[in-house]
Amino acid sequence: MAGSRTFRQVIAVTAMNLRNLPSRLGTATVAIVGIGGVVAVLVSALSISEGFRRAMALSGREDVGIVLRGGSADELSSGLSLESVRFVTDGPGIVRDEQGPLASPELYVIVDVPARSTGTKANVPLRGVGPGAFGIRRAFRIVEGRGFRRGMNEVIVGRGAASQFAGLEVGSIVLFGRTPWTVTGVFEDGGSVSESEIWTDATVLQGAYNRGTSFQSVRVRLPGPGDTHALEAHLGRDPRFNLTVRTERKFLESQSSILITSVRTIGSLIAFAMGVGAVFAALNTMYAAVASRTREIATLRALGFGASPVVASVLTEAMVLGLLGGVLGGAMSYVAFNGLQASTLNFQSFSQITFAFTVTPGLIVTGIVYALFLGLVGGLMPGIRAARMPVTQGLREL
Amino acid sequence: MLPLVLANLRRRPLRTTFTLGSIVVAFLMFGVLGAMTNAFSAGADLAGVDRLLVIHKVSLVQPLPESYRARIRQIEGVARVSSATWFGGVYQDDRNQIPTFPVDGEEYLAIYPEYVIPPDGKERWLADRRGAIVGRPIAEEFGWKVGDTIPLRSNIWRREDGSDTWELNVSTLYDVPEAGGDPRNILMHYDYFEESRGRGKGLVSWYIVQVRDPSQAPRIAREIDAQFANSPFETETSTEKAFAQGFVNQIGNIGMIMTVVVTAVFFTMLLVTANTMAQSVRERTPELGVMKTLGFTGPMVTLLVLAESVALTLVGAGAGMLGALAAVEAAGPLVRQYLPVWNVSAEAWPQALALAVGLGVMAGAAPAWNAWRLPIVQALRQA
Repeated sequence: MAGSRTFRQVIAVTAMNLRNLPSRLGTATVAIVGIGGVVAVLVSALSISEGFRRAMALSGREDVGIVLRGGSADELSSGLSLESVRFVTDGPGIVRDEQGPLASPELYVIVDVPARSTGTKANVPLRGVGPGAFGIRRAFRIVEGRGFRRGMNEVIVGRGAASQFAGLEVGSIVLFGRTPWTVTGVFEDGGSVSESEIWTDATVLQGAYNRGTSFQSVRVRLPGPGDTHALEAHLGRDPRFNLTVRTERKFLESQSSILITSVRTIGSLIAFAMGVGAVFAALNTMYAAVASRTREIATLRALGFGASPVVASVLTEAMVLGLLGGVLGGAMSYVAFNGLQASTLNFQSFSQITFAFTVTPGLIVTGIVYALFLGLVGGLMPGIRAARMPVTQGLREL
Repeated sequence: MLPLVLANLRRRPLRTTFTLGSIVVAFLMFGVLGAMTNAFSAGADLAGVDRLLVIHKVSLVQPLPESYRARIRQIEGVARVSSATWFGGVYQDDRNQIPTFPVDGEEYLAIYPEYVIPPDGKERWLADRRGAIVGRPIAEEFGWKVGDTIPLRSNIWRREDGSDTWELNVSTLYDVPEAGGDPRNILMHYDYFEESRGRGKGLVSWYIVQVRDPSQAPRIAREIDAQFANSPFETETSTEKAFAQGFVNQIGNIGMIMTVVVTAVFFTMLLVTANTMAQSVRERTPELGVMKTLGFTGPMVTLLVLAESVALTLVGAGAGMLGALAAVEAAGPLVRQYLPVWNVSAEAWPQALALAVGLGVMAGAAPAWNAWRLPIVQALRQA
């Protein structure tokens, strides 16, 4: 039963150690605050990429398809003639109601609107939508003012865009180039990326931007989640048009992948560099803790306690400090950032997306795991030193 | 006195090393942070630039007519003009996106002397309508050699015959100077592109204008925009760097938010480090008593304590800042493509010095004050 005895020793030494942790509060705080700061930075950075994910990848609907010209990675570089739009909407694989197919041929251009936060201009998407757009986006609703009238130079503004960009209040007139537009309402769309956009009637936009009768994409309601097969087969039937269909979710995932990856990478790099600093702080704390317990440890060893309970007690103390730091850092970033609205440029769509910093339980767990790891690294060497200390010399120490 | 300071620092080598380590990391962050803050907040007016960028007033995405080239050239003080157009190049797979620009051959290279191209390569390109200048890294990635013909797809344009593929001959490869630049582009001839494209003929994405005298750039920019005011294609002219900075500004406040977070953490780390250092002096109170017994005066002991902590912070700060300089420069060629202003700013050095001294004094102040007033008997009793 050697194993169980060692285990009992571990428990006893660790408990004793943790009970007198408050007496070393000063040095312990150093490690807790150091690790907490690192976790705060890591969780904040990850909450940005989580916010992107919520706004883009996760907001894409599985039962909405987006048709682009073959080879186009984004709406901006796509182009569809009226003829090809008709070919799409006449096809099978699209849900129909009494008014015909649930489809919206759309136009996507970029306009410069100043950002509230910096005052500098930002690429805001201006989307021309067909009458079917609202039936496809089921979460769409006007939250302020009214919708735009067809054929008029009127726009409605997504909730995110209204909060992040200047001059888009209901009733105001904005100038894009030489065309004045009246803002008639603010809409929401279930927190999706549409809320970063400005919408107007597609035909009016075609006129204002000399686009003739061409569009850039067609959004359609699919018969079932992910069910693009019928439409895909139809599009393949006439190679003249060279069209592809994807679910909205797949499309938005591909549109946001680079942004999400780069924010994660940068955040992790910063957190790693800072983690090195925090490990130094933790090492100092733990060496100090071991030094102050020299006689105690030597006494335990003299009484017959093994080396492993001593190592375990030091490691546990370090990880408890890490845990406290992790909880502290996670809580700080939650309080400071969760729900904070911001906007940034998505290079892939060449336009701004608005999003909210999102601190999820998963991110806090990630932060705490990192904190435990930092504590472990900080406690390992001091723990080994404590176990290797010659008993006689330790007893002689003050 | 110096030997005493050194001896004290060597007293607990591990603690000194770790304290030094966290100071180094903190100042490394401080230096890199300074570069980041600069990059995100740099003003638009960057002096000494002789290149202007003319784009459509509504957005870069809107095209401009080809006829503007000649009209811009007539403006006084304009040395050269080239158009550039976004081609949207794709090689084989959609994932292989290569920024490709149809440009006005000779003018463009004259405006951008920083493309490093062998002279015979330049001649080959100018002599071949279908020629292309290719960045070395992409040529290596896809195994292209000078003389190869590559089928490059456009995800925007179509040829008159409906195909989306242009055949380009690799005339030469280019390198970028050490200072940075985008090594992953392809340049092709505008004439070849224009005659073969099916739609959008006569439209270009933007113009690059080289001015004779950089001090005249603001006036020329105003004149170009005035020239096209109230036309269907109004323009917005800015310096090339201001334009690039405009993109950085588009990253918006998240850059600043992250900078603020890291700064806050930086100061917290300094505080906790100061705490460790203060503690290590407190532990030595009996020793200070011994020194006073030996005849060291109060002020001398105080000075000794302060010198020790300031020496530690100065060494740490110096090493950290040098590390930051190395890191910023190492990342330079990559980062400057996106953040044109990217360097450890000149102000960062005196700031770091002040911070280091301040930190050292703060960490040493309380123990130093105690050391000054410490009655010898009491100090010795603590032993």
